[in-house]
Amino acid sequence: MRIDCPFCGERDYSEFAYLGDADCPRPAPGAEDALQRFIDAVYLRENPAGAHRELWYHEFGCRSWVRVTRDTRTHEILEVRLAGEDAGP
Amino acid sequence: MRYSLASLLRQACSGHRGWAPAWRDAVPKSAYEVVIVGGGGHGLATAYYLAKVYGLTDVAVLEKGGIGLGNAGRNTTIIRSNYLLPGNNPFYELSMQLWEGLERDLNYNVMVSQRGVLNLFHSDAQRDACVRRGNAMRLHGVDAELLDAVAVRRMLPFLDFENARFPIQGGLLQRRGGTARHDAVVWGYARAASGLGVDILQHCEVTGLLREGARVTGVRTTRGDIRAAKVAVSVAGHSSRVAAMAGLRLPIESHVLQAFVSEALKPLLPCVVTFGAGHFYVSQSDKGGLVFGGDLDGYNSYAQRGNLPTVEDVCSSGMALMPAIGRLRLLRSWGGIMDMSMDGSPIIDRTPLAGLYLNAGWCYGGFKATPAAGLCFAHLLAREESHERARAFRLDRFATGHLLDEKGQGPQPNLH
Ligand SMILES: Cc1cc2nc3c(=O)[nH]c(=O)nc-3n(C[C@H](O)[C@H](O)[C@H](O)COP(=O)(O)OP(=O)(O)OC[C@H]3O[C@@H](n4cnc5c(N)ncnc54)[C@H](O)[C@@H]3O)c2cc1C
Ligand SMILES: [Zn+2]
Repeated sequence: MRIDCPFCGERDYSEFAYLGDADCPRPAPGAEDALQRFIDAVYLRENPAGAHRELWYHEFGCRSWVRVTRDTRTHEILEVRLAGEDAGP
Repeated sequence: MRYSLASLLRQACSGHRGWAPAWRDAVPKSAYEVVIVGGGGHGLATAYYLAKVYGLTDVAVLEKGGIGLGNAGRNTTIIRSNYLLPGNNPFYELSMQLWEGLERDLNYNVMVSQRGVLNLFHSDAQRDACVRRGNAMRLHGVDAELLDAVAVRRMLPFLDFENARFPIQGGLLQRRGGTARHDAVVWGYARAASGLGVDILQHCEVTGLLREGARVTGVRTTRGDIRAAKVAVSVAGHSSRVAAMAGLRLPIESHVLQAFVSEALKPLLPCVVTFGAGHFYVSQSDKGGLVFGGDLDGYNSYAQRGNLPTVEDVCSSGMALMPAIGRLRLLRSWGGIMDMSMDGSPIIDRTPLAGLYLNAGWCYGGFKATPAAGLCFAHLLAREESHERARAFRLDRFATGHLLDEKGQGPQPNLH
């Protein structure tokens, strides 16, 4: 598996550390249902068979966080962006 | 047909032409009392104990492929009950006790071999952790022995004791641990369950749930709709997919774990050994191959195959532990998809939907759990309450904070 880092170019995935699902942002701590939202964000996952947006850290490269869209059935990498970039719609 | 020395002799004299199929490949009925989704070790064991212990025989096991082709047929067959936490240890010890009587119970040779499981330690901190775990095991009545380096050397003289970074200081040994023949476990439970009237339905994939309001009343399958008073999900790496059919999200990520077998050697390894400095575990099969594995690949996957960096990592851990294997050739490697839970421990519980029950989150450790998971899941289905040894395996523990995190890794599934 190779990840095309926007900064460094195509690198073997073993240069990266995996965090997981990119779509469980930290909820606002002041929200009324904050407790439930935190439980969801920390523990519950969609875990799809198919396209999955996930965060990887380019530990042995530029040390950027990248957001990778990858097909979990084939390991095909569909898109890589810097994590700070707008996630789009 | 009961298997015995007499039946073997009889068949031998008639050229082995009289063996009947071990179990019945059934055709679906339109309704059952209990439908079990997933024909791995756990699903089949659940069916067996439902029939044998709880007298429920109107049961079907639905398997999308052939039985035992998932993790049940892909694991490295290690069985042990050397757990630390009070919520885990008595459960795995129940499983160990069931393993000890399983062949007589099933009338099937599942090749349980209590050759011992040895966890090596390489630092003072690891030694302390092993002492603590060993003491916790003994407090629960489970056997555990602490070995010093001299005792380990007597058992396994070919390990690299003088490794500059990871000298072997000793190990925690559970003599009752060992291995069992994974395929035989599947076939033994299938045969015994089928003999008690359970229908085993292969190539029957569950594609949706039948619902009446908040109650699940059956399943939609590739072989038609099947109604059921209770739907019991036991699909190992695919738990999140089936839960999604019910609109549920689980505290689970699916990950690929690889395993390896070498060409056959003369007897070398008398027990199961785990390396404490890297993640590597190895045993020797009865055919002589070294069966080994290590870390997960570490990213979400449903692919049933892993990548090469993990192969290199596992093999280099093996070399660090036993340099003698350097010239050994690999025969095969493969991968299986496991549901890694957020605290590394399993779930045997009801779900928020009436009629839907869940056995999931078994991570790397589900093979050894097969007998007890089957019994405890059957207990939940039949009695509507958790088995006393599986009370900690609740689905809501992530919300209530009663986590069962053996390693203290936190909610990061690829680290458990
Ligand atoms: C490489 C590897 C090594 C391992 N080593 C060990 C070990 O040494 N010791 C240990 O204790 N554990 C080990 N494990 C873990 C253990 O194998 C699993 O936790 C355990 O087998 C899971 O239970 P099971 O046998 O029921 O799973 P499976 O055999 O995977 O059964 C689940 C079944 O559900 C079916 N299914 C899925 N979705 C559907 C659907 N929609 N409809 C119908 N059927 C469906 C699948 O086809 C599958 O047959 C290992 C796992 C792997 C992958
Ligand atoms: Zn980079």
